[in-house]
Amino acid sequence: MTLSEYFSLVFNDYTLRTITLGTAVLGAICGMLGSFAVLRKQSLLGDAISHAALPGIALAFLITGAKNSNTLLIGALISGLIGTFWIRGIVKKTHLKSDTALGLILSLFFGFGMLLLTFIQKMPNANQAGLDKYLFGQAATLVESDVWLMCIVTGISLIVLLVFWKEFKLLLFDVDYTKSLGFNTRILDVLITSLIVLAIVIGLQTVGVVLMSAMLLAPAAAARQWTNSLGVMIFLAAIFGAFSGVLGTAVSASSNNLSTGPVIVLIAATFVIFSFIFSPGRGLLFREIRYWKNRNDLHLHKTLSFMYSIAKTHDDISHPHAVKILNNFQGYTKRSLKKLESREYITVNNAMWSLTQKGYNKVVNMYNQQENND
Amino acid sequence: MTSVQIEIQLIACLVAMACAIPGTFLVLRKMAMISDAISHSILPGIVVGFFLTENLNSPWLILLAAVTGVITVILVEFIQKTGLVKEDTAIGLVFPALFSIGVILIAKNANDVHLDVDAVLLGELAFAPFDRLEISGVDVGPKSLWVIGSILLITLTLLITFFKELKLSTFDKGLATTLGFSPVIIHYGLMATASVTTVGAFDAVGAILVVALMIAPAAMAYLLTTDLKKMLVLSVLFGMISALIGYWVAHWLDASIAGSITTVLGVLFLMVYLFAPGKGLISVLYKQRRQQIEVHLLTFLLHLQNHEEESERHVNHLNEHINWGKVRSKSVLDLALKNNMISINNDIISLTAKGKTFTTEAIDYIITNKNAAIEEMKDRFFLFRG
Repeated sequence: MTLSEYFSLVFNDYTLRTITLGTAVLGAICGMLGSFAVLRKQSLLGDAISHAALPGIALAFLITGAKNSNTLLIGALISGLIGTFWIRGIVKKTHLKSDTALGLILSLFFGFGMLLLTFIQKMPNANQAGLDKYLFGQAATLVESDVWLMCIVTGISLIVLLVFWKEFKLLLFDVDYTKSLGFNTRILDVLITSLIVLAIVIGLQTVGVVLMSAMLLAPAAAARQWTNSLGVMIFLAAIFGAFSGVLGTAVSASSNNLSTGPVIVLIAATFVIFSFIFSPGRGLLFREIRYWKNRNDLHLHKTLSFMYSIAKTHDDISHPHAVKILNNFQGYTKRSLKKLESREYITVNNAMWSLTQKGYNKVVNMYNQQENND
Repeated sequence: MTSVQIEIQLIACLVAMACAIPGTFLVLRKMAMISDAISHSILPGIVVGFFLTENLNSPWLILLAAVTGVITVILVEFIQKTGLVKEDTAIGLVFPALFSIGVILIAKNANDVHLDVDAVLLGELAFAPFDRLEISGVDVGPKSLWVIGSILLITLTLLITFFKELKLSTFDKGLATTLGFSPVIIHYGLMATASVTTVGAFDAVGAILVVALMIAPAAMAYLLTTDLKKMLVLSVLFGMISALIGYWVAHWLDASIAGSITTVLGVLFLMVYLFAPGKGLISVLYKQRRQQIEVHLLTFLLHLQNHEEESERHVNHLNEHINWGKVRSKSVLDLALKNNMISINNDIISLTAKGKTFTTEAIDYIITNKNAAIEEMKDRFFLFRG
């Protein structure tokens, strides 16, 4: 199947439509809640939670013996929450730092989960096939009820976000102020963390344990580059997330042997790289251009102040001088001369330059704070 | 025990030792998550290396994968330096992307690669002894034993040679720089060592166990000691113990050895987390409770000193005036009595001479706050702690 075939099929084929809708909704909710994770410097929490969810899936399967994805998700949710709160316990009550706590929970829970998975695999006549999909995700296994679940979770998180919008915003940017206003930061914190855990857990089936964290981070990190407003950032992140979901599904469906998770992650990463380079406010490209302009301006100023040092020895500041005498000076080029002229700081006449009154004033005030940059 | 079993345990122990040493420094330098990032992002390096060498144990493959590890670190640091996102986000962005590339490379070439992503994540220690190294026809043992053994030897040599520099740059980067050691070189040296160890170990035990073996023993040791040398020894010990126990648990359950070693590490960590003297959860909670009661006691004594009138000093008044629960007021009262700070006559409490001196000194301390001597003061006055 090629990409174009895929897109023509999306609207007719039931399975494809379900999968595409699923990954789109998933991308949207991950981007939305991921924004909070990124801004709260909890980016790696997602990684830890998604790994910590694995033993929950395996245990739920061991206990119920059913492969019903909702039961498994509840198991994942519980073990993800246990992992999250254990991380907080470690950071709060011991002198271990948060990175150690994250790494610990991540690897220990995951290892335990793998132990259970291999144990399950060796059990006789267990219909264990399919638990592997939680490692790397397989969007093809999504069914309509899964998509409904995602939509419900998205709806709930949207409502919670809207209701506590002001509180969350405060909590993000000034925890102490939030506390002093009398908001219960602990409950807010637990609320937002639980939402993040929930988003991760419903994404496990599609993207998989290992790569879920990128699904959470990448859209938010990309959206961060385009705006300084929380609302816009969340909106953009949701859009980026949804697009990477859809595109990822399209690419992975149109070629054999590709898990959806890695493809979605790579596409989200492309969004991030693009945003890092091309975003107008913060992007690397425009930043370099700004630096380059600043450097040029500095050179101009240097030339101008050299001219001033010559001109001030004369009674008439506009006394013409030969361009030649500038040759000893490094910052001078033909272009900079032209630029100075276009700004009316000097006038050039037959290889002679002379400072104008405007240029003279500019140099005199160059190092004054009051002088506005032009 | 068969010779295969002994070999597996030997490999597991060596891996545990080799991981514990760089792991200790990663934990101390607050870079534990870097090990997670490296363990994931070496995957494309391994895949590409495998295409080139067709041999999972080739030293070139290990070198190439280690270079990928260092590239990860450099990429993460580059993204951090742009200031576009926070440090942890940078880590979280880089390794899933690299890992995805690795997974896709494997999936696209599934026919020519005998690499399996599950094996990458989990490793298969049980099969390690069957891949033998033969030198001119003589069987000298499993290949991974030699690989991980030489990595451990190199790590140990580096550790002993640069112990002073490592210690200094870990605890005081500024001083290390002023003294002329380059923290940058040590930083990348450590990263390179961590990468090489990860690559060498991952073949046997998988990416996740490498992370567990690096972080968990070091974290346990960190909760038990504050001496770097002791911490190193302890984390090596913890790693080896859990490797051995983990092997036998796996043997008993007939499940993945890597998973079971990690689980044993988890149980051990839970124990240390709960019971570590001084820094464990229980001891921290106990200390906090004690401090709370002692602060209450001090408040109570100050109250007594400020109120000469009998109505303010009645036992029942504690509940009403200071608004403490019955249990709390009783424990505070008991503590004060045991320490001879107060005497009770007909339910009227009065300060003893000792209580008065203590309260005066405590007020002095609170007002002037000249010395951090409140603990020392408590030692002098208290017969029983709260």
